[in-house]
Amino acid sequence: MSTLLQVSGLRVQSGPRELLHGIDLRVERGERVGLIGESGSGKTLTLLALMGLLPEALRATGAARLDGEDRDLLTLGDRASARLRGRRVSMVFQEPMTALDPLLPVGRQVAEILTLHGFAGGARAARGRSVELLDGVGLPDPGAAARAYPHELSGGQRQRVMLAMAMANTPDLLLADEPTTALDVTVQRRVLDLMREQVARSGTSLVFVTHDLGIVADLCDRVVILRDGAVVEEGPLDRVFSAPQHPYTRSLLAVSALATDARGRLVTVVDLGSGTTGAVSTGAVSTGAGMTGAATAAAGTQATGAVPATTPADGSADAVVVTAPGRPAAPQPGPHEVLPDQAAPHVFNHLPGDAPLLAVAELRRTYVRPHRIGRATHVQAVRDVSFEVREGQRFGVVGESGSGKSTLLRLVTGLDQATAGSVRIGGREVVGTPERALGWLRRTAQIVFQDPMGSLDPRMRIAEVVTEPLRGVGADERRARAAEVLDAVGLPATALDRYPHQFSGGQRQRIAIARAVVTRPQLLVADEAVSSLDVSVRAQVLNLLSDLADEYGLTLLFVSHDLAVVRRTCDTVAVMNEGRIVECGPTDQVYEHPLHPYTAELVAAAPRLRAAGA
Amino acid sequence: MLLTVLRRLGVFALTALVASVVVFVLLAVLPGDPARAQLGLDATPDQVAALRHQLGLDRSLPAQYVHWLGQLATGSLGISYSTRAPVGPEVLNAMQVSLLLVLAGMVVAALIALPTGLLAAVRQGRADGAALSAATQVGISVPSFLAGLLLVTVFAVRLHWLPSGGWVAPVDGVGGFLRHLVLPALALGLVRGAILSRYLRSALLDVQREDFMRTARAKGMTRWQALRRHGLRNALVPVVTVTGVELAGLLVGAVVIETVFVIPGLGSLLLRSVANRDLVEVQAVVMVVVLLVLALNLLVDLVYVLVDPRLRRAR
Repeated sequence: MSTLLQVSGLRVQSGPRELLHGIDLRVERGERVGLIGESGSGKTLTLLALMGLLPEALRATGAARLDGEDRDLLTLGDRASARLRGRRVSMVFQEPMTALDPLLPVGRQVAEILTLHGFAGGARAARGRSVELLDGVGLPDPGAAARAYPHELSGGQRQRVMLAMAMANTPDLLLADEPTTALDVTVQRRVLDLMREQVARSGTSLVFVTHDLGIVADLCDRVVILRDGAVVEEGPLDRVFSAPQHPYTRSLLAVSALATDARGRLVTVVDLGSGTTGAVSTGAVSTGAGMTGAATAAAGTQATGAVPATTPADGSADAVVVTAPGRPAAPQPGPHEVLPDQAAPHVFNHLPGDAPLLAVAELRRTYVRPHRIGRATHVQAVRDVSFEVREGQRFGVVGESGSGKSTLLRLVTGLDQATAGSVRIGGREVVGTPERALGWLRRTAQIVFQDPMGSLDPRMRIAEVVTEPLRGVGADERRARAAEVLDAVGLPATALDRYPHQFSGGQRQRIAIARAVVTRPQLLVADEAVSSLDVSVRAQVLNLLSDLADEYGLTLLFVSHDLAVVRRTCDTVAVMNEGRIVECGPTDQVYEHPLHPYTAELVAAAPRLRAAGA
Repeated sequence: MLLTVLRRLGVFALTALVASVVVFVLLAVLPGDPARAQLGLDATPDQVAALRHQLGLDRSLPAQYVHWLGQLATGSLGISYSTRAPVGPEVLNAMQVSLLLVLAGMVVAALIALPTGLLAAVRQGRADGAALSAATQVGISVPSFLAGLLLVTVFAVRLHWLPSGGWVAPVDGVGGFLRHLVLPALALGLVRGAILSRYLRSALLDVQREDFMRTARAKGMTRWQALRRHGLRNALVPVVTVTGVELAGLLVGAVVIETVFVIPGLGSLLLRSVANRDLVEVQAVVMVVVLLVLALNLLVDLVYVLVDPRLRRAR
């Protein structure tokens, strides 16, 4: 193998602040390298610097040599760098919804990258070739696809178009920046397979940036671990995943596998400065969902350390409540069932003679979309869903985008009105009750939303945010309650008078959780509550939710697209597809012995963390 | 696509109908009796009543409205109270003049806005970009009549390059027409151009932050190529919207400019008919202006649909 790209001492500065602190990276011809890091680690900046696409305020120094080019990539200037981009070095971006020009047919956009680099045969031939390229990435009816505008394609299809574009001139190097993060797992699987096939066929080297170790395990030969703008570890995939050298790599592997310690708590990233390492119980890990290889390996090396890694990394070390393992009186599990073929009403998770906290019966939500002239189209978001959740259960709902899981959640919490059916919480009906009469519901059920940035009012102090749900409570008591719940979620009382923007993403989600539990609800509903968090923070928030559920006796309704997270968090899981629950049962049973083909597909498509050799 | 156009047309017709009611009612409830105003103070009540009958003023308001609308539908704009002649031809003439003026103003505005907006966006943060930006700010602050007076002072009074006012129809000589058009079009277009330029600049700056611009550069375009091929078209979407509003503003602005330059457009006609208390003519002019604004907006809506494919599959 010969070296294609050699980056040495890459530094990126933003004014006086240094964002990348001298990154070294080598890519051989035909090699697939995974660049791994959490948000803020500098992985995207590294790619942009190589492409010459850094924002103007940033300055890159160091050296980046591409085989066959005399000049350094970092000092090329826009014009010279443009001649390389799309021809020798291509890039696929994270967000397929916005990465294409909305005003041009995608065929024209693919043809453009050909003509830009002097495609022989002119514009007409380039258009013909673009149809072939779209065919090559598996778009059905490529001729029609070429004439389609981006908004007429799905996210997965757009990412295929992006890939067709990036590979159009068979580049030597493909840079992929989290290209599948915004996609559903089944779509992600297909796009990754396609990408692997395309780079293999044209001998293109790949640098794949991601925070998802599972994807890297599937795709890459070698990995580079980044943290805070510096490389912490680098090496062949097998070696790094089976015998990680750096404590950060070890913890990253453990948190990604959602490994647990001896007391059944999720391992969190250790604060490297404090010099502690995590202790992972091998026994706990081996029950993990198909991630045994790496996690056990991580555990093996980590078992040398003795201090349990329950120290949260975001500076709230002393506050997380540690409860004894083994929750009081775990509720009896429900039966493992699959949707009957006949559309007879079926109540999932039902135990005879039980009074459930949440009872959903034949719930339906149809959106009417007015259509030009005449008939309106009816979109059935939730189709006759029936299930029960008993007190103390942790009920997970998994499904891909468009499966109706978020709609279901809005109906249950009275944020949207059902078309038909019934939702009873503690025996009281939600459906059909006017919003002003739902005060009891707001005290009984609270929600934590996905986006901790968007769901907190930026102009309210934390004390106001947290105590807003409290009605008719005096100012002094409000403050006392706020301090109490902040303490429970591991934030200091000094946070009371600060504003949301002064906190990190993980801390904001703690605040959102504090707001949700301040009314002492019976039911806590979490809508993708950890999906926008980094893996290290994710483990902390999940631990917190689990602790609070024990302490406050909460029943959890946990909606997520992430099967591994649901497996760790929930005792019962319902799988949703096209507005229906297709399968429901105890989590381990559903994952290990899926009864419905869709569940099987979903479980198989989820990227797994395992050592490549295993 | 066709359905979208049809629906926009339907909305246009409905709005026009509502507007006609508003125009009619507003003018009908104005105090003052046109019949008495025409006949003067000496007229006997019988004479006034006779004239009122003749003008149809003794009928109920809805009946008057239906009659007026019927006339409008057949293309007749009514008989002038003061001259007893149909107002139609006069109003149509004035409309042609005003439309030409507005179009010329729009062309001037576009000619100013495109280069300055582009440059201000590309050179943003640099001295020349900031200077351009400041210049457009000044341009916005100058009222168009003042710009008109300044233009007349410099180019007509001092330099004698162009006439200071008046109007020559295109059929009576293209040279004369253009010579008379330049100054009023400039006066009208300068301010609008400055406004458009700022909109274009901010739209371009917004577009440059879009992901697809990064994609375009990743495909091998330089910053400038990406701006030209993908940025400009996308930036025009919001600018087209603003242009619709601006066109209506231009039409109203033209009323002032026509007075400054003594041009026989709708503005001048409106002023005269108000002075004469000629309600029929006022109604006709106002209605024509309203219809023009609506039609221009319809046009902009359709252009919008052409530019943005996302709107073709309208909900």
